[in-house]
Amino acid sequence: MNSNREELRIGFYVCHCGHNIAATVDCAEVARYVGTLPHVALSREYKYMCSDPGQELIQQDIREHKLNRVVVASCSPLLHEHTFRGATEAGGLNPFYFHMVNIREHNSWVHTDRKEATEKAKALAQAAIERVAHHKALEVKRVKIHADVLVVGGGIAGIHAAMTMANAGKKVYLVEREPTIGGHMAKFDKTFPTLDCAACILTPKMSEVGNHPNITLWTYSEVTKVDGYVGNYKVTVKHKPRYIVEDACVGCMECIDACVYKTPKFEDEFNEGLGKRKPVFIPFPQATPQVVIIDPETCLNLKTGKCKKTCVEACADRMAIDFTQQETFDEIEVGTMIVATGFKTFDAKRVPAYGYGVYPNVYTALEVERLVNASGPTGGEVITRDGRHPKSIGIIHCVGSRDKKTNVWCSRVCCMYSMKLALLLKEHTGAEIYNFYIDIRTPGKGYEEFYNKLLDEGVHFIRGRVGEVTDWAMTPEEEGKLTIRVEDTLAGYVRRIPVDMVVLATGLEPQQDAQDVRRLFNLSCGGEGWFLERHPKLAPVSTFTDGIFIAGGCQGPRDIPDTVAQAGAAAAECLALIDKGYVEQEPNTAFVLAEECSGCKSCIPLCPYTAIAFDESSKVAVINEALCKGCGTCVASCPSGSIVQNLFEDDEVFSEIKGVLAYD
Amino acid sequence: MKYSYFPGCSLKGLGRAYEESLLPVMKHLGVDLQELDDWNCCGATAYMSVDEAKACVLASRNLALAERDGNHPILAPCSACYLVLNKTKHYLHQYPKMKATVDRALNAVGMKCEKDVPVRHPLDVLINDIGLDAIKMKVTKPLQGLKVAPYYGCQIVRPYATFDDQANPTTMDRLLEALGATVIRWPLKTKCCGGSLTGTIPEAGIRMVYILLNEAKKRGADCLATVCPLCQFNLDGYHSAVRRQYGDVLLPTVYFSQLMGLAFGLPDRDLALNRAAIPFRWRPSSPPPAPAKPPAAKSVAA
Amino acid sequence: MNITRTIKYEADRVKGFGDEVMKVPGCEKLKDCIQCGTCSGVCPLSVYMDYTPRQVMELTRFDFKKEVLSSKTIWLCASCYACTCECPREIRITDIMYELKQRAIHEGVYPRKFPIPVLAQEFEKMVTANGRISEMPLVMKLFMKTDPLGAMGNWQMGLDLMKTGRFSLASEKINNREQLAKMFAAAEEKA
Repeated sequence: MNSNREELRIGFYVCHCGHNIAATVDCAEVARYVGTLPHVALSREYKYMCSDPGQELIQQDIREHKLNRVVVASCSPLLHEHTFRGATEAGGLNPFYFHMVNIREHNSWVHTDRKEATEKAKALAQAAIERVAHHKALEVKRVKIHADVLVVGGGIAGIHAAMTMANAGKKVYLVEREPTIGGHMAKFDKTFPTLDCAACILTPKMSEVGNHPNITLWTYSEVTKVDGYVGNYKVTVKHKPRYIVEDACVGCMECIDACVYKTPKFEDEFNEGLGKRKPVFIPFPQATPQVVIIDPETCLNLKTGKCKKTCVEACADRMAIDFTQQETFDEIEVGTMIVATGFKTFDAKRVPAYGYGVYPNVYTALEVERLVNASGPTGGEVITRDGRHPKSIGIIHCVGSRDKKTNVWCSRVCCMYSMKLALLLKEHTGAEIYNFYIDIRTPGKGYEEFYNKLLDEGVHFIRGRVGEVTDWAMTPEEEGKLTIRVEDTLAGYVRRIPVDMVVLATGLEPQQDAQDVRRLFNLSCGGEGWFLERHPKLAPVSTFTDGIFIAGGCQGPRDIPDTVAQAGAAAAECLALIDKGYVEQEPNTAFVLAEECSGCKSCIPLCPYTAIAFDESSKVAVINEALCKGCGTCVASCPSGSIVQNLFEDDEVFSEIKGVLAYD
Repeated sequence: MKYSYFPGCSLKGLGRAYEESLLPVMKHLGVDLQELDDWNCCGATAYMSVDEAKACVLASRNLALAERDGNHPILAPCSACYLVLNKTKHYLHQYPKMKATVDRALNAVGMKCEKDVPVRHPLDVLINDIGLDAIKMKVTKPLQGLKVAPYYGCQIVRPYATFDDQANPTTMDRLLEALGATVIRWPLKTKCCGGSLTGTIPEAGIRMVYILLNEAKKRGADCLATVCPLCQFNLDGYHSAVRRQYGDVLLPTVYFSQLMGLAFGLPDRDLALNRAAIPFRWRPSSPPPAPAKPPAAKSVAA
Repeated sequence: MNITRTIKYEADRVKGFGDEVMKVPGCEKLKDCIQCGTCSGVCPLSVYMDYTPRQVMELTRFDFKKEVLSSKTIWLCASCYACTCECPREIRITDIMYELKQRAIHEGVYPRKFPIPVLAQEFEKMVTANGRISEMPLVMKLFMKTDPLGAMGNWQMGLDLMKTGRFSLASEKINNREQLAKMFAAAEEKA
């Protein structure tokens, strides 16, 4: 130990964390042992170190006992390192003279043998005591936050988040890859449990977004590149050619009428393929922006160059049609971002037993949303693909949910939307409706009451996961129908129920390209592919990348109320950062000892955050502190050992190892 | 291509038409089948119901024999044999205790079961090793106009088959189409035929036979094509019982190998069509269309 | 009036039975059952079962040994594996049925005069002794033991078999029966 320094006086505290630690670790023994180590001025145990009295204790001891180093053995630093650094600072010390030992997650929670666990706690504590002696005073750096925000995804989550922030006076970029905003919600007919019409509550918000002076809306656009760090992101956005000059198009749709295709001929994506559209089209009447789009896959002119271009004639001097349009790019600077890229619905063909794609009268729930919708392909008339008005309908729950062969999770919304569709179908057709469910899950405000309403309306509920949907008939009443074979598990009988129409309540899945988006924004994913929140309870919209938040269905299945609440929360997190104006950066960054650097540049391509540059004048590597995340890759790879990382200097790390090994 | 042929008990007994038609067809395609010397019963479903460990020992003797005699892939035409041999392999991989028991038994007679010999079904070999193109070249009397309902039954696609789709297998469909037949689409192609229940609990077994016959017939099939001796026996042998309970549903059931022989123009003695209770009388209409032209390169080589 | 008690008391359970079954290779995942009924929904024989396959799973898990082992359900299972393939929890229901059949035979509690367990045992005896099955003699034995008169009802089939050259009373045997016997003996030795 450096004799030039002032005398070391270390204060040690071991926390019981109620029973969490004390039940498995003999805290008194740990405190006693650490008290015998050199330079330890005092050693205490306490029930809850993170409580106010616990923090007060540290501050008081620093003052009264002239402590100049502090070690707390308690939970994970992820939870309370910040707390104890604060207490250390409040006591008058540099906060980085503090070190934390995790004896809960790394010890008491994973061991059962009290004696062994106590010994392990002592070893870890000794390592920390050795280490903290080498700690240096460090300074927290502040980084300014750019006030503009990017919202990725224009579904109800993105719309709500963008509106919230724009109304607070922030400049918001909203990027949507489809030609219109609105997302899945725009396709719904009504919303549970209140049955208000989805369009009536969504489309006003959509046009508000389109007209808001603080919102730059870019549809048919995608984020292709993200650089920078919290407060200072540089984002590249690609605009796909829609072959329409957005500013010139007034949404009169005369070009659509004039198209050489007299009748719509191509599968209409917005109507889930149940209707047809022309090559030039607008996805739905309230699309935002009110701008048409030309599909290059089906447009005669774009495919062959041989077309009378009657659309251009119709557009006349508005001159909004531009067949020469190419991809364009914008680069923007923002301080924070919200990723609200949504979900996709499960492909029902993956459960072959239910006959989707084989039997025409088997539908997905989203298709039925369009079928019962007044602005849908049939104008709200429920008529099956083979032209029937169904007299009996079976709705199969949990298709692609709670199933180890497809997706293990509960998709959360299907019980409620199935009941909603049951009610709408009953209203439209008067048919007998059967719901086949494993468990009915209605945990939301007014949801159980909705279930009750369905029962009152005479909708049937049969508890059993359907074995198969088939078109072979066993009995006369099954002839010409689809038969559902299922165990009515409450009655204990296997039943065959003939119906005219089957609706599959398909579950929710991460978007096809969720992994690409994850890499683009440096997010994490759970094993199932949903974007991972920083903490499931206490940081539900934060991610592991500072300044980037998530909202809505990209994080996991959720309904509209939860999505909107989460979008509001994400907006509030952005606003909090923006209005604070700066972020503090953990000083665990690396720096180059210029006099020892050989200029080999081997560190530069290794840095995952492109934080290292080469200074041509001095011929050495230079690390941009603002970009460095403290991952340590460059430190480990530097052949001349000339890169050092704060808080992980060699003597700090080696003394910690020495400490843990010294214990036996 | 060389295979250890594992006929199983049925192909020597009630299902002998399967063997009698399969062997000439395979020979015609140049497949080298060597019957496994002194093979024993696979154990089928019945043995597993009495003693699982002994059932595994029983089946693994066959695996060990194949390993000893050159380690060629086992060709198991009977669905039960195919399933049981594959299941045994699966158990030996998955469950160390079972493996220890089997090893002890094999050890006592100086045998081993270590080389993971593949167990394959003729459909798998025909489609994936020989290929539809080679089969088409052998077709001299296409089954033009014959409407066949392909019936896979349960045990070759569930749960250990890897060569075809579990829910909607198509290997036999494709084979039959290659022979020139018209394939009937129907939803019952992997449903159970009733197995031994036709004999033990006739009410249950006969019902299942009836459902299959009735549905295939309703959809216009001239015959059912099967891959399993038990399925064939059930679907062919119980017509009088079906008639007593449900009325007449006359529909012949043949092995896919018999249809292959027919399309290849093999002589009657290699078709074994006389082994069925419900005779299959359909014959390719003559004169047959010109045989498929072999590709130029091949004809030069020939 | 004849009424029976249907309530179950703790004493009606054979504690540990379910756990024992769940320890058998292939039966482990029974723990994960959510009682959705897919197994019954796809089972072609559920038409005739006294308990649905789903109920057998639940009864097994909760130690209702007597009910399960004496049920007809386990013997009606034709091993088509539809349940095993469709189960959303990947429970190997067919293998559990096999395990229950073995226990029922071992304890001699299968339903009386039910031909399937008799067939299974005759089959096992014949294969253990000869290494192969001789189909006709096996069927004859089955009829003798379960339904001697029933054999008569099948005269038409016997005739068909004779006409088509498939009726044989010969006893099929492997050559090396001694080897097979040795293997069984070794398998039964304790490790």
